[in-house]
Amino acid sequence: MKWDISQMSEWTYKDFPPAAVIPEAGNSHYYITGGWRSERPVRSDEKCTQCLLCWIVCPDTSVMVADEKVVDFDLDHCKGCGICAQVCPVDAIDMVPEGCDLPGVK
Amino acid sequence: MPEHKTLAATGNSVVAEAMRQCKPDVVAAYPITPQTTIVEEFAAFVAKGKTHCEYVTVESEHSAMSACIGASAAGARVMTATASQGLALMWEELYIASGMRLPIVMANANRALSAPINIHCDHSDIMGARDAGWVTLFAETAQEAYDNTIMSVRIAEHPDVLLPVMSCLDGFITTHSIDRVSVMDDESIAGFVGDYEPQNALLDTDNPVAHGNFSGLGGPYFEFKKQQREAIENSRAVIKSVGEEYSALSGRPFDVIETWGMEDAEVAVVVIGSTAGNARTVARHLRADGKKVGVVKVRVWRPFPYAEIAAALKGLKAVAVLDRSESFGAEGGPLFLEVRSALYDLAERVPVVNYIYGLGGSDVKLELIEQVFTDLADIAAGAAAPAGLVYLGAREEA
Amino acid sequence: MQQLTEIRWHARAGQGAVTAAKVVAETALAADQYLQAMPEYGPERMGAPIKAFTRISSEPIEIHCNIEEPDIVIVLDDSLLEIIDVAEGIHPEGAIIVNTCTPPEQVRTALGVADSVKVACVDASGIALDTIKRDIPNTPMVGALIKVAGVVDMDSFKGLLAKNLSKKFGQEMIDANWASVDRAYEEVTVA
Repeated sequence: MKWDISQMSEWTYKDFPPAAVIPEAGNSHYYITGGWRSERPVRSDEKCTQCLLCWIVCPDTSVMVADEKVVDFDLDHCKGCGICAQVCPVDAIDMVPEGCDLPGVK
Repeated sequence: MPEHKTLAATGNSVVAEAMRQCKPDVVAAYPITPQTTIVEEFAAFVAKGKTHCEYVTVESEHSAMSACIGASAAGARVMTATASQGLALMWEELYIASGMRLPIVMANANRALSAPINIHCDHSDIMGARDAGWVTLFAETAQEAYDNTIMSVRIAEHPDVLLPVMSCLDGFITTHSIDRVSVMDDESIAGFVGDYEPQNALLDTDNPVAHGNFSGLGGPYFEFKKQQREAIENSRAVIKSVGEEYSALSGRPFDVIETWGMEDAEVAVVVIGSTAGNARTVARHLRADGKKVGVVKVRVWRPFPYAEIAAALKGLKAVAVLDRSESFGAEGGPLFLEVRSALYDLAERVPVVNYIYGLGGSDVKLELIEQVFTDLADIAAGAAAPAGLVYLGAREEA
Repeated sequence: MQQLTEIRWHARAGQGAVTAAKVVAETALAADQYLQAMPEYGPERMGAPIKAFTRISSEPIEIHCNIEEPDIVIVLDDSLLEIIDVAEGIHPEGAIIVNTCTPPEQVRTALGVADSVKVACVDASGIALDTIKRDIPNTPMVGALIKVAGVVDMDSFKGLLAKNLSKKFGQEMIDANWASVDRAYEEVTVA
């Protein structure tokens, strides 16, 4: 990480890069948006055919794939939009009401 | 040593020449009277291969400044020009250019704003943009328009500043009059402005960055504005040092204000732009009659030279501020508000009166300036200052 | 002491008054004079009455306003005499030069100027038609100006004229223009 923004809330005007430029590509990864979610996707491995449609449509690249197979959801960034559940041709994804006890999510 | 060449040329023509000499990578502009011949002549330079520049023809000033912002964020040296309604149409982009800290240099051919429609000189256009965060220089003559354009590039691109700079010249009076102007050779100007080394260029793919970001409620928007304030305050020292360096090169003096007769003046006129010459001409006649009069010309409008103005006008018996634009409902024109504010901290009060003049290109006859100096002499002798602002030379009821 | 000459041009848009004012200014520059030449721009069309101004001085020119008390007035179209007071503010020792076939005595009467004001007339349109083959009276009018008031040097003016014309035209056009200047210089009459 070239740019440590962990203390950003303490920064004065002298600490910010001028012009609101973000000097590092891809740093939105560090911005945890999972807390915006009211429903979370839950996938049934039995029903899933690994067609990867959910991976294609997810607007937050939160469908995690390994070896060309869906393995999990990135719940730090999934906003719970439910598009994955909508497009799933075999109804393998359910949207489940969110609890308040998610680890790592503010 | 630079090679100097003396020309008979219009203000617009030498601004186009200065732009060519500063070698912008991108110029995006839309023609509007009285700026047109700047971009016309510059476009001809591009067409004839006299400069290597991407000239973007756009469909409006809104697009012109948008294209300039995109090009500047990409890392290009960017210049443009506009006037009046065109500047007004750029409004939101003016703030974006300064907020994104893009060192765009723009000439503005000062012209009145509609309605009624008028194509002639006043400062309504730029005064409306005075809070947009641009460093703003004013030219009295075609010579100063040439000089200011070149200095603007250095000021804008200075790492302590990184702000857009507007270089203003009076519509028709300066833009279209043929004047005697001295220009320097290409190499000297190229050496003076140097190469532009952009920070955070979008086209620097080895160091990818994001521009134009969001900073909403609770975000550091407020802090970014403080950065902008710091940048324009930094420009004060940069303008002085760039001005000194340019003076050494050109042999022509430069300062943020120019004073005439102020060593022992008892009364003075403060003025911006081409009318300064009229004021000095009248002052010179009055001096010949033994009257202690002076003239202060403001060459840098933003950042406003408060300290210099206060020092120049300290101890005077009366000061007149000539505004070539209105600030309807305010206590006076924009220059008046600044000058009087600059004098507020002086221990001794200096009476200041305000004249609105020359709107819509209304001719600035020497008699009008004489009238101002007569009023000043009366005030200095104890007469009451005119109540409120005076519309200098406007036809009034008998 | 500053030697300032102020010229006011009256013409109809398209007659080349602005171009003439410009070349006169450039000629003055060649003699190391200071100069100013400005048209009074408006949203005019071809044929509309226009004014242009030229200042020539030995010292830098600082004033930026219209010329209201000219030393010299040049009128490129005599039909303007009926609709515009071209003599307005003319210097008592000044000169008014008119493009017209009318004799100067008659023009003087029409203008009603003081005896000390020179009134000069030349058929610049006729000369232009003879030489340049087009009714563009601006160039011959400068020839008349040089004869009546001096102001700029003839050779220097003709040199600049050739330089400007050579960008677009050949020697034939340059010769025609020079001939128009010479003829106006010879033919202008003063009353």
